[in-house]
Amino acid sequence: MVNDPLLQVKGVGIQFGGLKAVSNFNLKINQGELIGLIGPNGAGKTTSFNLLTGVYAPTEGEILFDGKRINGLPPFKVTQRGISRTFQNIRLFNELSVIDNVKVAYHSLAKHSVLSSILRLPSHFSGEKEMEKKAMEFLKIFELDKYKDEDAKNLPYGKQRRLEIARALAAAPRLLLLDEPAAGMNPQETKDLMELIAFVRKEFNLSILLIEHDMNLVMGICERIYVLDHGVLLAEGTPEEIRNNPKVIEAYLGEEVHDEHA
Amino acid sequence: MKKSKQFWPFIGSAIAAYAVIQLLISMGILDDFYSNILIFMSINIILAVSLHLIIGITGQFSLGHAGFLAVGAYISAIVTMKLDLPFPVAILLAGIMATLAGLVVGIPSLRLRGDYLAIATLGFAEIIRIIFLNIDYVGGAAGMQVTHMTTWTYAFVCLFVTILVIVNFTNSRHGRACISVRENEIAADAMGINTTYYKVMAFAIGAFFAGVAGALYAHNFYIIQPQNFGFLKSIDILVYVVLGGLGSLSGAVVATVLLTIVSTFLQDYPETRMIIYSLVLIIVMLYRPKGLMGTMEITDYFKLWRSWKGDKQHGK
Ligand SMILES: Nc1ncnc2c1ncn2[C@@H]1O[C@H](COP(=O)(O)OP(=O)(O)OP(=O)(O)O)[C@@H](O)[C@H]1O
Ligand SMILES: [Mg+2]
Repeated sequence: MVNDPLLQVKGVGIQFGGLKAVSNFNLKINQGELIGLIGPNGAGKTTSFNLLTGVYAPTEGEILFDGKRINGLPPFKVTQRGISRTFQNIRLFNELSVIDNVKVAYHSLAKHSVLSSILRLPSHFSGEKEMEKKAMEFLKIFELDKYKDEDAKNLPYGKQRRLEIARALAAAPRLLLLDEPAAGMNPQETKDLMELIAFVRKEFNLSILLIEHDMNLVMGICERIYVLDHGVLLAEGTPEEIRNNPKVIEAYLGEEVHDEHA
Repeated sequence: MKKSKQFWPFIGSAIAAYAVIQLLISMGILDDFYSNILIFMSINIILAVSLHLIIGITGQFSLGHAGFLAVGAYISAIVTMKLDLPFPVAILLAGIMATLAGLVVGIPSLRLRGDYLAIATLGFAEIIRIIFLNIDYVGGAAGMQVTHMTTWTYAFVCLFVTILVIVNFTNSRHGRACISVRENEIAADAMGINTTYYKVMAFAIGAFFAGVAGALYAHNFYIIQPQNFGFLKSIDILVYVVLGGLGSLSGAVVATVLLTIVSTFLQDYPETRMIIYSLVLIIVMLYRPKGLMGTMEITDYFKLWRSWKGDKQHGK
């Protein structure tokens, strides 16, 4: 039982009108693994995140988390079960302070009731204090603590990306889904971020599924890699296997190489 | 949190304000005209602050607040006039029935977004009005006689409780959940917030206090008629919230105080009142498109002022 995979995606697919954005998608993540998900633009990577987190209900297949079906659950329940995510297009709570952004994600772990807050009972104060403390811990890890009272919208771009990850972690996930977390960052920021991801993975005993465009980066830190193209799984394997897979080279790496030379 | 430190000063100054005004009223310095303005102002603030929770905090554009006001007004009038129960019971029942109405409208319609929600709530308020218009038990179009029972003390206590509840709710994990829905519903959902639950919650609390305001309103005049609770009444309340700055409770209070004063002095000239009202709105929207106070609270200005003073002392 202990060796059961944390996440099992079995033949999942979704259709938008006539377009099969993802079909017959199979994926397995074991406890503690760091897995890469790559593929050209429009391959269906973000869509597969949306399927995993309940934003879309799959039109076929089944998703098991911890052995239990989660497809059909609304996103907030999927998150409460232990999967949380970041967004490719940053989605922070702009008018909330940096620390409040993190507190929102910790919301479901706090217990004080509406009544206790309205009446300002002791449980409200202890609950809020606990939230403050927890949120600060996450901000410190991401070196955002000195911005804690700043509105999220006023953070520079790279810090906004870090805040999104801090926020996702505050929801206490066992599986973290990162959608191009380094997009728009410079090489140094990217390197720091990847070290941070490796650190939180150990620290919080996380499994991580990472969408990333930078091939070297993915190859460098992921144990296994899945390649999507036109909504179907093209290949799966270790970075070594993926690097040498002719289909992948043709569909994806080839394109990248051309891009780089262009 | 610093918010808890603002708690006792707030209660202290509120009680002081109440005592001073009550003293002036009982000494006859504030005559009926002025005490009436104060009562009317309190009712309007309750309405504004309760709608602020729905629109400003949770971001749900509701156009049906007059519907909850009507439910509160009629229910309370039935309780005191037909059932001969005491006024405080009427206030409480008005709030409870308005909450139920809020749940009935809110649960199906809060899944709708933006314009659709606005239309649904607008429709709801009209239905409420038409229902009362057609019930002979409450006087139909002629309206219902109500004894004057609303005093400054009742108005103040209700206002005080409204603000306390809504401020405490807003400054808690529950209020933050509501704000996260306003800011980015998809992200809120993804962070484990049950967005429908919090939308309905904000709606229910807002409706409760609109119902309470309805009870005060009904017993402040001698008659209530369905026509008092039309679409324009909802717009009046909306104007307080928008003018104050969506998301700012103190902004809504300030706007309500100003507009209540303006409309009281222009009571006998309804056309002029509408013109001035419109002008004020246009000017504010031109020069302060985010409302008088944006999303800032008075306490934020106070903090800014203190840090500015601090900077000066440090020679910056
Ligand atoms: N809600 C939707 N309705 C219709 N089509 C959609 C929807 N969401 C995604 N698609 C389509 O599905 C396909 C896959 O999109 P997706 O965003 O998953 O790609 P991606 O692999 O994340 O690409 P990128 O690298 O550009 O982020 C695209 O053709 C996209 O236009
Ligand atoms: Mg994408």
